[in-house]
Amino acid sequence: MNTCNPFLSNKRMLADGMRDGIPIGLGYLAVAFSLGVAARKAGLTAFQGFLASLLNNASAGEYAGFTVIAADAGYLEMALMTLIANARYLLMSCALSQRFSPETPLRHRLFLGFDVTDELFGITIARPGPIQPWYTYGAILIAIPCWSCGTALGVTAGNVLPARAVSALSVALYGMFLAIIIPAARGSRVVAVFVLLSFSASFAAAKLPLISRLSQGTRTILLTVTLSALAAAFFPVSDTSGNGETPSDKKGGRP
Amino acid sequence: MTHNIYLYLAVMAGVTYAIRVLPLTLLRRQIRNRFLRSFLYYVPYITLAVMTFPAIMDATQSPAAGAAALLIGILAAWLGAGLFPVAVLCCATVFLLELFLIP
Repeated sequence: MNTCNPFLSNKRMLADGMRDGIPIGLGYLAVAFSLGVAARKAGLTAFQGFLASLLNNASAGEYAGFTVIAADAGYLEMALMTLIANARYLLMSCALSQRFSPETPLRHRLFLGFDVTDELFGITIARPGPIQPWYTYGAILIAIPCWSCGTALGVTAGNVLPARAVSALSVALYGMFLAIIIPAARGSRVVAVFVLLSFSASFAAAKLPLISRLSQGTRTILLTVTLSALAAAFFPVSDTSGNGETPSDKKGGRP
Repeated sequence: MTHNIYLYLAVMAGVTYAIRVLPLTLLRRQIRNRFLRSFLYYVPYITLAVMTFPAIMDATQSPAAGAAALLIGILAAWLGAGLFPVAVLCCATVFLLELFLIP
């Protein structure tokens, strides 16, 4: 039941969603390629990279997972790492949950939950009124194939491209991470200070005698939980809207 | 390699789906706990920052090129460049610098 657009059929909403999904899909294709380069480094085949992206739809989460695979760490560490790296989706899903119409059947919550990404969350929540699942399905139909095929291409072409090109492409992912954290740091002094603290602590943890023997994934989890808890304890967020919309949700390019 | 990649992928996919779908299905009200809300707010930035440095210097053939990409990326993002411009600038920085650093 769509109280805001009662005249739009599901088919029409699907078409609208597919139209809005095209720029998102093009962005995903490029980002997924550099994710594929990381997957190849971790030892994944093109099919495994394709499968990882098809099932996860999460750039930072998949990248974090690939570092766990590369380190041959345990499955529990994989679960924790995925949880930490994807924690922001928890926040977005909390926000989305507030916007479902009570009449919307449960199956739409189950399907939409499969592909909550920065961009899809952004366009879904930007529509006025209750959530229109078919609109988001349209965008997902474009976005998921681009994301998973892009990753497979990255794994394959990473084998063919010269080392110089792979080296250059491998920083694309970090560039995108920066494009998410830096605008937030610019907008909030607390975030800025904690980004600097994170860089320093991460650098120290990689060099210090005892802690550097832990795997990269474990270090990331420990540092993230510690620093985020400190930030939350000393600088609680005063925004009461709690809609989970962070500066990263405004710009396109990665799930 | 003692672990199975498909089992790794299953764990990843399971946890990721749970994170996304549990709030959608279980949560019908706002999270009120201020500490929890603040914690969830800071986690994405802090975890991405931790994963970026010093890893960016190990990703490239020359660590100096990775460090330069970090600085250029921060500068570009600070000046308002979006995800793709920043990513492309970082790649270009590494490519150009390594032409000189790694002949």
